[in-house]
Amino acid sequence: MTTASPVLPVRSAEPSALAEISQETLALTRRLFVQLQRRPSTLIAGVLQPLIWLVLFGALFAKAPEGLLPGGGSYGRFLGAGVIVFTAFSGALNAGLPVMFDREFGFLNRLLVAPLRSRSSIVLASVLYITVLSLVQSIAIIGTAALLGYGWPGLAGLGLVLLTLLLLVFAVTALSLGLAFALPGHIELIAVIFVANLPLLFASTALAPLSFMPAWLGWLAALNPLTFAIEPIRAAYGGQLSLSTIVLEAPYSQLSIANCLTVLVLLALGLFLVIRPQLDRKLS
Amino acid sequence: MVEQAHSGASPLPGSEALIQLRDLHRSYGRGDRAVRALDGLNLTVPSGCLYGLLGPNGAGKTTALRILCTLLAPDRGTVQVAGIDALAEPRAVRRLLGYVAQEVAIDKILTGRELLQLQGDLYHLDRSKRERRIAELEELLGMGDWIDRRCGSYSGGMRRRLDLASGLLHSPRLLVLDEPTVGLDIESRSVIWQVLRQLCSSGTTVLLSSHYLEEVDALADRLAIIDAGKVIAEGSPATLKQALGGDRVTLRVREFSDAAEAARVQTLLQACQGVRQVVVNQAQGFSLNLVVDDQNVVERLRRQLAEAELPVFALAQSRPSLDDVYLQATGRTLMDAELAVAGSRDPKAERKQNMR
Repeated sequence: MTTASPVLPVRSAEPSALAEISQETLALTRRLFVQLQRRPSTLIAGVLQPLIWLVLFGALFAKAPEGLLPGGGSYGRFLGAGVIVFTAFSGALNAGLPVMFDREFGFLNRLLVAPLRSRSSIVLASVLYITVLSLVQSIAIIGTAALLGYGWPGLAGLGLVLLTLLLLVFAVTALSLGLAFALPGHIELIAVIFVANLPLLFASTALAPLSFMPAWLGWLAALNPLTFAIEPIRAAYGGQLSLSTIVLEAPYSQLSIANCLTVLVLLALGLFLVIRPQLDRKLS
Repeated sequence: MVEQAHSGASPLPGSEALIQLRDLHRSYGRGDRAVRALDGLNLTVPSGCLYGLLGPNGAGKTTALRILCTLLAPDRGTVQVAGIDALAEPRAVRRLLGYVAQEVAIDKILTGRELLQLQGDLYHLDRSKRERRIAELEELLGMGDWIDRRCGSYSGGMRRRLDLASGLLHSPRLLVLDEPTVGLDIESRSVIWQVLRQLCSSGTTVLLSSHYLEEVDALADRLAIIDAGKVIAEGSPATLKQALGGDRVTLRVREFSDAAEAARVQTLLQACQGVRQVVVNQAQGFSLNLVVDDQNVVERLRRQLAEAELPVFALAQSRPSLDDVYLQATGRTLMDAELAVAGSRDPKAERKQNMR
């Protein structure tokens, strides 16, 4: 040091970390919701698209013979669970987009120059936002499906449905946020979202049961995270809420609701651990 | 002689150094394509002054400011703000400073007020202080008519004023502005100048970068001239100009001359006694910039040009300006330095650099 510290910084007792982190996280979350409120097209499209799936796909197989599907019931009833999961999944897959735009437009720099108590607030705000958004969309679909006569899981069932969706949304949001910080721009991010979306839907049990698929596709579907979310929800719609209910005859094993939920929990935790170094690098 | 900045420079007597940048190095890219933005930059900014960083585009001003504001890590060197090591304790430094970036990043969907409220929460102001500051800044920067409109509808001047407001919201001790008035209308520019002067007189230290000579000359108490990632001259505008001495002469033999003719005249003038330096100024239609000892030299020049049968379209004489300080240190005018880099910059690559 050539000079004595000329002006000593005032270091009064720091306010509590929790208070500061919640202040900054709430402010960032509020911003995302104000954007949504003034530009609601994402929300509307997010509800409309699965609705179209439900109506058109349901109609496509309306005359499928009764008893063709495992457990009986109509195709529309079968499809409902798949469409609900797909809604939450595509919503969460878009979680990275606002972050990517903030990176590209330099708004992120504005956040980084501020003395945020924790830069995880930026990620946390996105997770909060997308969770609420996905759940709202899913509930809209659940409600519409019920009105269309595709069934209603009952209140306890609804709890299971929402829990399953929540786990899936966490996992997919982590993935999307990781991509938003790893990819060079929004074009690339949109391309990845576009490519990931439909194949994951088709290679799952959303549209057809495992027993309809050739062996190789059955394997893919039995490993697809979407399947682990779809089957517990389908079971909830069927009134089976016991965690030990076997919901999937996977080529490698029989899977219960508890098994599926465990896989989803591990997936969400694993993905957050995987993307952490990437976030730390970009946000430090 | 131009006062040279050197490492270990002690702060001015009677004032404390608020910012100390020592031996900053920073390159972008790797291998052959690496661009060296900072090459051993040293800077000491005393507390309470309005300090200007002057230099052409690409000189490293933005990189230095981004490092100071903890947005970018230097390859080498140290950064101290108010005695705090910014590389070790970035959050403590972020609290002390407000940063107004060159590329204004605003959220088009929010209103100006909402953006300031967000900013207030990011700096952990409590609600009443936040609203009081917003009201003060609304008044100070004349934002009342449009602060509740969405940012997407703002003009460049409004955006810059809003950005200045967000830099000032938490009443920082140090305000850092990167090219604050570039491309602005005259009204916004004068509002910003006035606010910066006011801030400075109320004790806030202001550090601004600019490639406008007039801006730095008019505003700054002290300045550093930056070229190729280094400080090449440092001092108050008056001292820097006085140190140069001599008179400046701008000579045009024709309204629009060409390189060949300019070179011929340059050779002729260089031979003259009392002429210290002759530089061709390409940006002004190949006029010639001369430094001469005194008035007698100018008379002699006129005679010599007449003997060589060269016309004189215009001949202007002036005291040294900051441009002359720059010229003296680098051998070219600021304008020519700007022209030289204008074609070689890649805005896309620069945006990438700034992207996290």
